[in-house]
Amino acid sequence: MANAKLWGLKKSPWVFHVAAASCNNCDIEILDILTPRWDVERFGIVLVGSPRHADALLVTGVLNRKSLPRVLQVYEQTPKPCLVIGVGTCTCHTHIFEPSYNVVGPYDKYIPVDVYIPGCPPKPEAIIMGVVKALKRL
Amino acid sequence: MNIVNILISYIVFPGFLFAAVIGLFITWIDRKVTARVQMRVGPPWYQPYADFLKLLLKETIIPEGASKTFFLLGPMIGLVAMSIFSVMLFSMNFNPESSFVGDVIVMIYLLALPPIGIIIGGSASKNPLASVGASREMTQFFAYELPFYIVLATIILKAGGTIRFGEIIRVQQAQGPFLYSLSGVIGAIVILLSTQAKLSFVPFDIPEAEQEVMAGPYIEYSGVALAMYKLTRAMMYFLMPLFLISLLWGGLTNWWAILKFLLIIVLIVLIKNTNPRLRIDQALKFFWVGIGTLSIIGLILAFYNL
Repeated sequence: MANAKLWGLKKSPWVFHVAAASCNNCDIEILDILTPRWDVERFGIVLVGSPRHADALLVTGVLNRKSLPRVLQVYEQTPKPCLVIGVGTCTCHTHIFEPSYNVVGPYDKYIPVDVYIPGCPPKPEAIIMGVVKALKRL
Repeated sequence: MNIVNILISYIVFPGFLFAAVIGLFITWIDRKVTARVQMRVGPPWYQPYADFLKLLLKETIIPEGASKTFFLLGPMIGLVAMSIFSVMLFSMNFNPESSFVGDVIVMIYLLALPPIGIIIGGSASKNPLASVGASREMTQFFAYELPFYIVLATIILKAGGTIRFGEIIRVQQAQGPFLYSLSGVIGAIVILLSTQAKLSFVPFDIPEAEQEVMAGPYIEYSGVALAMYKLTRAMMYFLMPLFLISLLWGGLTNWWAILKFLLIIVLIVLIKNTNPRLRIDQALKFFWVGIGTLSIIGLILAFYNL
């Protein structure tokens, strides 16, 4: 039973895109991987519109005082088990926004992040590789 | 013995399990053809089964403040209705003596239940987008049911006033399918478009328009409940073309039925992939004015045996 669960989760990760105050470049690269050129539906990855349907959250941008409660709310609304994938250097630490008064720190102070994909923005190939690594960790 | 047979027919062969497995496979054909139309590779053949398995084993969240009974009842209504519909469709095709007076009307009721389940579930989930989706679903339901019923009346008229499903198929096998006449062609067009609307496919995917209301009535569903909605949709996708073939194209008892079925599926997928979405008022006008008039013309033509 546990094997079947793992197989299903690995073969059909539906992703929800949480844009937590990013500069939009990572968001555009995420949309790129859904286009015919990269076609992630080959691996069963579908972009869904509701966090209730999601198995993986793609978070982008640096956390600030306004976006933190929203990200936490979306994380709590997602049915478990769910993966959290940080896209872009902003999610790895606080990037160039370190001295800002509004930044509340990196993601893993608040929610467990399974994999970070560095890059500003990361290439679509890098995002696909990051998702593959996240699925291997299961 | 008899009870065992009945249970097997409802749960395994023409009923739930058979329709579910084939229906999920049909959704793969749909996704693959869509991918090829968009010059993509598309998902592997086991994709719908993997999706379904994953949803079964995920957490089911009931939103705070939602009506728990109706929230969980919504997905079940459609699934049960489609299982019974599958049994009736197959047993009356292959064993016309099991047909009873008025079973076409029972089938109409069973086909009306899945949208009602969606409306109940969407209204019970206490989410503004789900309410909007449910109200659109309701409007669309009234829109496409009217021409659909007029076409069923046409078919009953052409079969000589019988309301037995088995009898309609028998008449077609004796005199040739109803499709090969003017009113039959009109009927096929109307049923095809109603199928498209019943399945909420693209020209009529107004209730769950991704860009407007995210997932519409399904927005708060997760885990098993969502899996049941997906399965109901898949079974309906399998059974509606078969219903069309039985009513207008000479029944399922012959091997040609498989080819006809695949042709209808590809037609549905191509309509889905080459059209933009309508607004809800445009859809209502389309079904009541355009398609409604067409179906009434079909009914009048059937009076004169055309």
